[in-house]
Amino acid sequence: MPYDPGNDVVEVVRHPPRNAAASTYRIFGETLRGMKTTLARVAEGPLTIQYPEEKTPVYPRFRGRHKLHRFEDSGLEKCVGCSLCAAACPADCIRVVAAENTPETRISGGERYAAVYEINLSRCIFCGYCEVACPFDAITMGHDYEMSDYLRSDLIFTKEMLLAEPLERTPLRNEGE
Amino acid sequence: MRVLGEVNSFEAWWVQLVKALIIFGVIFGILPLLTVYERKLLGRFQHRYGPNRVGPYGLMQPLAEIVKFARKESFRPTTSVGFLFYVAPAISIMTAVASLALIPFGNVQHIFGERVGLYGIDVSVGPLYVFAFGGISFYGILLGGWASGSKYSFLGSMRAAAQLISYEVSQGLALVGVLITSQTLSLSGIVNAQRGMWYFIPQFVGFLIFMTASFAETNRAPFDLVEADAELVGGYFTEYGGTGFVAYLFSEYVNMIVVSGIATTLFLGGWLMPFGIHPPGWVDPFVVAAKMMIFITLFIWIRATLPRLRYDQLMSFGWKILLPLATLNLLVTAIIVVH
Repeated sequence: MPYDPGNDVVEVVRHPPRNAAASTYRIFGETLRGMKTTLARVAEGPLTIQYPEEKTPVYPRFRGRHKLHRFEDSGLEKCVGCSLCAAACPADCIRVVAAENTPETRISGGERYAAVYEINLSRCIFCGYCEVACPFDAITMGHDYEMSDYLRSDLIFTKEMLLAEPLERTPLRNEGE
Repeated sequence: MRVLGEVNSFEAWWVQLVKALIIFGVIFGILPLLTVYERKLLGRFQHRYGPNRVGPYGLMQPLAEIVKFARKESFRPTTSVGFLFYVAPAISIMTAVASLALIPFGNVQHIFGERVGLYGIDVSVGPLYVFAFGGISFYGILLGGWASGSKYSFLGSMRAAAQLISYEVSQGLALVGVLITSQTLSLSGIVNAQRGMWYFIPQFVGFLIFMTASFAETNRAPFDLVEADAELVGGYFTEYGGTGFVAYLFSEYVNMIVVSGIATTLFLGGWLMPFGIHPPGWVDPFVVAAKMMIFITLFIWIRATLPRLRYDQLMSFGWKILLPLATLNLLVTAIIVVH
């Protein structure tokens, strides 16, 4: 069918009808309709999450503060001080100094262990590459997102802090939520 | 003093003084709570809570804010006119409080053997008194905006002048309908004339016009072009900070209370209860307060609902719709009453 510009006319309403009755209706009648709409919002109740008391639940794969892990049976650290996480880190916020395990003092499961393991959380971008790089699943991203502090130096997390069982401060989102 | 003596001739001077202090104290005690009420209700209209952190239910919020405002540095622009800059907010709040004296909170009662009318004064010119002080209160806004020496303030006060003058005409005409029906100018007389039927039924059109014009008179949304924070940065009080700002804010709320009180008196039967209930006299102020709360809630509800009008829309609505409607209402009322 050839294009007929005559049929392709859309009537544009530039303004509502301008006569006294229509204007009066628009002013009072439509106002009532608007008031009904806003009142319905009151009936629905607030949607605010009262933050410090209530928290937004996070998804299971949410990338929050890092955690270091131990073997559950032996209690030895999983981290062997290979520094792959530090190499993978794009923000260069991980510092690892490795040391040898001795028969007297075994700290990790492997030959070596991390004598110093520090993450500078003020630099971390929470990309999760460290988690991916780790061959022993020693470091994972947790769910905690409340990490503000008053001093930059307090944001450098040491191995002890990362190993410690974190306070579960963040609720997890349920299936389908 | 002669004028006051004529107004409430049956009351001793000390009764009038005590009444004035009580009305002033109670209203200024309620004002801060009203600001919290408005913000909490607005919040509900927008799916949020509003202030709820300071004190129980956030009721201490205004206290914190008043302290904040009071401690602000007092300064004014170099282009401002000093004397008027400081006098203008005072004019605004004094005229608002002066109108407050007129709201009748109840009938004449016998307290400690004295006859006491539960109102500030019952003048024989009633609504005209309110209009007179409403007229003077424009000076607060006009002078404030002009004396600030800033373009935004000046634009705001220009708008205020145009808007308030156009809507006061319709407001006045809407009132005349009630005055014709009740055939008195005394506000307590008007309430007593509503014993049969509250005037918002026979004067429904007048009621609508009065309320619409009142929104414009009190500079409330959707007629808050005078303030128009989005385009004028606050209009006439742009340059005010600290106590001057608080004075303007409070006078706006007092105006809201006054308009609610006048609307209650003229259209909702003041202290009268529906269905022929006659409670004891001490209940009257609470009845009036409850009815005023209805209007104040309406003010907030409308603010949450309607967007601000464009300036030409405001003018054409005022002159082309509201004024003819008010005139028509007046004519029809007059014809019916005379017949």
